[in-house]
This record gives sequence, structure tokens and C-alpha cells, in this order.
Amino acid sequence: MMETLEQYSILLVYSAMAIYALAFISFALDLAKRSSQMKAAAAVAAPVTAELVGASVSGRGGAVAAPAAPAGAGDASGVDASRKRSVTLRIGVALTILGFLLQLVGVVLRGIAAGRVPWANMYEFSITGTLLIMAVFLVVLIREDLRFLGTFITGLVLILLGVSTVNYYVAVVPLPPALESAWLVIHVFVASLGTAFFALGGALSGIQLLQNRREASPKSRFLNFRLLDTLPDSVRLENLAYRINIVGFVFWTFTLIAGAVWAERAWGRYWGWDTKEVWTFIIWVIYAGYIHARATKGWRGSRSAWLALIGFAAVLFNFGVVNVFFKGLHAYSGL
Amino acid sequence: MGVVGWLRWFWRQLSSMRTALFLLLLLALAAVPGSLVPQRSSDPNGVTQYFVDNPTLAPILDSVQMFSVYSSVWFSSIYLLLFISLVGCVIPRTKHHFDALRSAPPKTPARLERLGGFTTRQAEGDSSAILESARTILKKSGYRVRLFQDARSTSVSAERGYARETGNLVFHTALVGILVTVGIGGGFGYAGQRVVVEGQTFVNTLLAFDSFNPGRFFSDDTLAPFTLRLDKFDATYETKNLNAFGQPIDYSAHVTTAEDGKESDGEVKVNSPLKIGGSDVYLLGNGYAPTLTVKNAQGDVVFTDSVPFLPQDANLTSLGVIKITDGLPEQVGMIGFFYPTQDVGSNGAYFSSFPEAEYPVVTLNVYEGDLGLDKGVPTSVYSLATDKMTQLTGGKTGIDSIELKPGETAELPNGMGTVTLDGIKRFASFDIHRDPTQAWVLVFAILVLGGLLTSLFIPRRRVWVKLIENADGTGVTLEYAGLARGDDPRLDDAVAEIADKHIKSLPTPAGKTTTTNPGANTPDDA
Ligand code: HEM
Repeated sequence: MMETLEQYSILLVYSAMAIYALAFISFALDLAKRSSQMKAAAAVAAPVTAELVGASVSGRGGAVAAPAAPAGAGDASGVDASRKRSVTLRIGVALTILGFLLQLVGVVLRGIAAGRVPWANMYEFSITGTLLIMAVFLVVLIREDLRFLGTFITGLVLILLGVSTVNYYVAVVPLPPALESAWLVIHVFVASLGTAFFALGGALSGIQLLQNRREASPKSRFLNFRLLDTLPDSVRLENLAYRINIVGFVFWTFTLIAGAVWAERAWGRYWGWDTKEVWTFIIWVIYAGYIHARATKGWRGSRSAWLALIGFAAVLFNFGVVNVFFKGLHAYSGL
Repeated sequence: MGVVGWLRWFWRQLSSMRTALFLLLLLALAAVPGSLVPQRSSDPNGVTQYFVDNPTLAPILDSVQMFSVYSSVWFSSIYLLLFISLVGCVIPRTKHHFDALRSAPPKTPARLERLGGFTTRQAEGDSSAILESARTILKKSGYRVRLFQDARSTSVSAERGYARETGNLVFHTALVGILVTVGIGGGFGYAGQRVVVEGQTFVNTLLAFDSFNPGRFFSDDTLAPFTLRLDKFDATYETKNLNAFGQPIDYSAHVTTAEDGKESDGEVKVNSPLKIGGSDVYLLGNGYAPTLTVKNAQGDVVFTDSVPFLPQDANLTSLGVIKITDGLPEQVGMIGFFYPTQDVGSNGAYFSSFPEAEYPVVTLNVYEGDLGLDKGVPTSVYSLATDKMTQLTGGKTGIDSIELKPGETAELPNGMGTVTLDGIKRFASFDIHRDPTQAWVLVFAILVLGGLLTSLFIPRRRVWVKLIENADGTGVTLEYAGLARGDDPRLDDAVAEIADKHIKSLPTPAGKTTTTNPGANTPDDA
């Protein structure tokens, strides 16, 4: 019985991956369409726009249609066509929701099969963590239009799920005594939640960097800049990224404290510079730096965005490399 | 620039935001090597092994304190500088904030149009009543308010969210609190380890510990007088799930403690330490302790004890050492292997196939010669220096190792006597320690979290309501605007809400919106 549940669980995770792949394609098509629409629109509008938006363009010396909008205007810039959500975009979101639901059931079944929370080894941490990335993405969509991140998020989750189903999969096994603790439930869950916010924040900071580049030299053909025209400008991206990253930071702070409390219960010391503790600390300090950077002269903009990316890279490193290859007390990968 | 000037300059640099950022990033970077190279504090055996594996590199790394990164001079200087910078930053800000807390909101700007969420409404009625209503609403929403009057207009200037800065200061101060308590508190505590076999009693005195690390300010009388007897150690292993066969599921050490003459039963488990006499007792490890008795040729008992054997693998194949100093013609040492569930591999070697004592077997290799105990040099009870000894059984001697099941007796070589395996007991290893400042660290950690939440999510903003009498005498125009101080995504909404609420509160029917200016949401401290 339990073994069949376990099999259903992995089947559902595979199905979710297939759906996410389709969602990824839809999101990518939407991006492609945006850039071709921009190209067509620019061709038609170029002579007129030069005059109409001359005021806002002149400062940047660009001939390209409407570059950065003022702060807060969001994707109101660009051409009309991009404001309406394309069919492919809506399909992408619908597929993402479907994939999310399948994965949710898969994760819950895994928990039932194991008779405990489904985040006690790396495989389980991956399926729950990616589920949370999706959940955070979908919930944030209600308040902010971040649909343009769909390609990135579905892509990231697909890669993570792919790597973990292939490399980290382990059958359900009971918990070793050190992991029998309410703190496992809290500490690891909040860590995944923090990771989910950092992922989203990192994506926004990444796009912000591209946008910064483009705004600095609108004439360059660097990357598909017409596509970037349909996305929010760098200041707005930076604000969005900040708001999401600070939520991640709060969760991470809690993870750090909860981890120390748990370590005290399990090992008799709340802090011992174990490799996993070291990396949790490093990540925390990097994001503290990121928050400071936003308040430091000369560090707003690209530099702070780089810090957010380095922070997220450290999160991935902590999960993918430290867990597996580094020696330490936190031997919980289940591998 | 004189010394004072130079110092002042240095201090200003050190407590600048840029330096703080630099030191933070440096701290993150400096923490990395400690995760790449084993550390003496957390993995002393790993360090020894590293020296064996990298004989040329290790001493070089050691000379720059790479094996104790987190107490190294360079790591310490980074965080000490950071915290000095932090103090230098927090003190003036606290003073500034204290002043701000006691001062009224600033004068209303002459022109509100360019500020955040600018919106206007029309209203009729008594001007002072209208303004009073705005004042009440703002006050109720937690704003500190002040009325202003100039030639053209009267206005309410309001500010809220002082808790944002308070939270920030609490956060940073609590960080200092953590550092100080960890630094000082660690000095008063102690940590000691002790292996206890079933039936044995541990007495909490300095000599009873197998290893002991006192803090800098530790004194012997900190050790509370209590005793702890291990009555029984239970280990449960998985047997149903074949994917995890033999994996431990639960460890419980059943103990009887005595303190001030009062005995009580207790239990120590992996995630639940036992509190006694101001100390915490943790279950660190466990294993088997075969009880062995050695008699000499005359039949006198020369050794009898339950000897803890150290586990070597997941199925608890264990290694132990027996040293017999007196009573035999020469000193005798034995290296023993214990297999809880003995099995034989295809090459004839023994191994254990399950951690429970289902089919327990002890094998012993006997050595004769100088145990090296008389020189006063401390030696580990878990290792045998065989260089001055002659091996009598096992290995290349051609004589089989002694092999015993519980209850069995075997002859020692050369007619020295006999050895008997009386039985198998369990042992538990306990970590006993005391950290009197631990609770304070937790308190500061909670303050850190609380301060963080307050300072990141409570918006600090100014809001103005300005009342201008219409030139044609038909009523008044009300202007509303706000200014974000720090990140404040909801500023525009908040201003609009206040405007709506205000208009609704007025006795005359609500006026209509004329202008809005969304989007002018620029933090002023950028
Ligand atoms: C141990 C080192 C430090 C850590 C871990 C740290 C961490 C943080 C964090 C997490 C925040 C954002 C949350 C909040 O506002 O409370 C913050 C804000 C701030 N910190 Fe620090 N900090 C440190 C040292 C310093 C130092 C040395 C200074 C002064 C030079 C400083 C000045 C500030 C300021 C001004 C803010 C407000 C920034 C804003 O409004 O966005 N911090 N710090």
C-alpha cells in the first residue's frame, strides 16, 4: 500500500514536470512574440514616436521607441500590443497552475507514504522546495504582474526537479533519531520558503541587470532588447526584487535561529561552525549586504542586483553542493 | 591633520555605511575557507587526516590558521571591526532617533503636487471642523500630527512609522548583544564527555569526565553535585522496510539521577536532553561494551570489566582494547572486534550484518610486552601501542584469534590463563554541559527577528492634508499627499484611503476627485 503511494507520488511529480515543460514552452513563445511585436511596432511607429515621446527619449539620446518609463509605471511603457496578455501567456499560467496542483498531490502522497512531513532528505526537500517556489510565484502573481518571469521559474523548477529525481531519489525510509524533531518540520520548511522567495528575487534582479544594461546604452544590440521593452524598467524591477528578497531574508533569519535552537536540542550546542551552518551564515550575511547596498551611495542599481544574484547562487550551492559533497553533521541528504 | 583629526576621520570612515557593507561582504568571504578545510573545533580527526593526506600543504594552511578559521586572528578582526563600526553607527542614530521621537512633524511643503499619491477633493463647511476631522483620522491611524497655517492655507502635517527606525536600532543592538553574550558567556560554561556502561554511575566531578573543556572563567565549584546511573539503553532498528534495514529509529537512555539525596528516573534521547543541576545531559553516541574476565594460570581473576568498544560502521562492528597490567607473567594487551550479528564474507572475513546483538561474537588478538603505561604519558584507553609488544594470536602469527560467544571461555596462548565473555552490555556516551548565557542568546535572537520584521515591514511615511478656501467662496479644496521614508510600496493607496475616509467623515456630501498623481513614490533617503 505504502509503496504504491510512493509510486503514485513520483508519477505525479513526473507528470507535473511534463506540464511545466509545456508551460515553459508557452512562456517562451510569449516572450518571442513580444519581441517580434516590438519589432513590428517599432518599424511602424519609429518616425512618429520620435516626435511624440521626444521629450522622454531625448535625455537618453535614443531613437528606439519609448525606453524606460518613470518609476512605478510598470509595463505601461512599450506598445499597446504588449499590454494585453497574449493567449500563450495565459496558457502558460494555466499550465503552471495545473502542474502545481499535480505536484502538490505528489508531495502530499509522499508525505502520507512516509508517515511524516515530506522534507526530510534531499529528494523530498527538492520536491517540496520547488513546490514552494511555484506557490510563491503563483501567489505573488495575484498582487504583481510577474508573468514575464514564467520562463525562468518553470525552467528553474524543471531543472531542479530533473536533477533531484535523477540524482537524489531515495525510497521512503524512516527518520534517523537526530531528525525526529518538531524543529525539522519548522526549520527545513521555512528554509525552503526562504529559498523560494530568493529564487523569485534573484530572477527579478537578473532581469534588472539586463534592463540596466539596455537603459545605459539603448542602441546596443545586446540581447534581445526589444523584448526587454515590454518588461518593467530597471527601477521598478529593483523595487520588486527588493520587496521579495527581504521576505526571503526574514525567513532565512528565522531558519538560522530555528536551526540553532534545533542544534542545541540535538547536539548540545547552538552553534558550532558546521559546514551547513557556515553556509547558512554566509548566505545570511550576503543578503544583509544586499539590503545595506540598497541604502549605500553608489551601490543601488546594478551592484546590489549582483549581490542578490550572488546570494541566490550561494543558496543553490548550499543545497546542491554542500549537502552532497561537504562533510558535516548535517548528513541528511539521504544519499 | 593632527592625531585627533586623523582619529576622527578614521572613526567616520569606519562607521560609514560603505565600510559596513565592505566588512559584511568580507565577512561572508572569510567564512568560506572554514567550510572547505576541516576545522579543529568541529572535526579534529578530519584535521589529523588532512595533515596525513597533504603533508606539504597542511603546515602552510596551519600557519594562517586555516584549521581554526572562526577563532583566527583575521576572521576575528573582521567581525570585531564590523561590530565596532556597528556601534559607531548605532549610537549617533539612536540619539538622532530619540530626538525625532520627541519632535513634531515638519512643516507642510508649499507645493504638494509633486509628492506621492497627490490627490484633491472638494468639500464644504466649517474649515476648522474639516481640518480637525483630518487630524482625528490621522491620529487614529497612528500618525503624529501638527497643524500649520500660512497665508493661503491651513494644513495638517503628519508622520508615522517611527517604529521602523526603532526596529532597525533594536535589530543592530541585539546583534551586538549576541556577540557579547557569546563572547563572555562561553567563558563561564563547560562541556564534558563521558562514556557510561549500563549499570555504571557517573558522578559529576572533574575527574569523572573522559574529556573536559572548561570556559575561560570556569571554576570547579560550578559543577553541581549530582549522579547519573545508566539503567538501560534501548535502541530500535528498522526491520520491516527493506530500503532502510538496520537503520536506527530510536535511541533511549533510561537513567536514574540523584541530586541533593533525591533519586528520580529520567530519559535521555537524541533530541531531548535531560536537565539536571543547571546542566544539560545530551545523548551523543552509543555502542556495545562486552564484559570480559581474564584469569591467570592459577585461576585468579586479573581483569574483569565491561569494556566500551567503539562502533566502526552502521552495523556496529566495534573495536575495543583491553589492557592487563598486573597478574600475568608479562603485561598483556588485546585488540578486540565485536560483531553484534556476526556474518562471514566470501573472503572469510567477519562482518556485522545487523546492529542489534542477534548473534554476538567477540574476536581477540593478544599482544604481550610493554603497554607503555608506566612513563606517566597519558594514553588513550581506546588504542594500543603495539610497537613494543609481540603479537601472539591473529594476523601473521599463524594462531587463530580468540573467538568468543557470550558465556564461552577460551585459553590464552602460552598457557597464560583464560578469558571469558560474560555478557554484552550497552553503553551510552553523554555530553554534559552548562552554558549559563544560552537563554540570553535566544532572547537577543528573538529581538533580532522582531526588530527585523518591524524595520522591514512597518512603513515610515509623512502625510499632509492641506485646506485651501476656494476663491469663489463655494467651499474648500483639500489636497492630500505623502512622502515615503524608505521602501513603501503602499504609499499611494494609503494617501487615497485617508482622503476617502476624510471626505466620508465630513457632514456634507462628499466632493469629487479632481486630480491624482500616482507613481510619484520616491523614497527621500535614497
Ligand atoms: C553585524 C553587522 C550588520 C548586520 C548583520 C546588519 C544587517 C542589517 C539588516 C538585515 C538591515 C535591514 C533591516 C533593518 O533595517 O533593520 C540593516 C539595515 C541597516 N543597517 Fe545594518 N547591519 C550590520 C551593520 C551595520 C553597520 C555597521 C551600519 C552602519 C554603518 C549599519 C547601518 C544600517 C542602516 C543605516 C540600515 C537601514 C538601511 C535601510 O534603511 O534600508 N548596519 N542592517
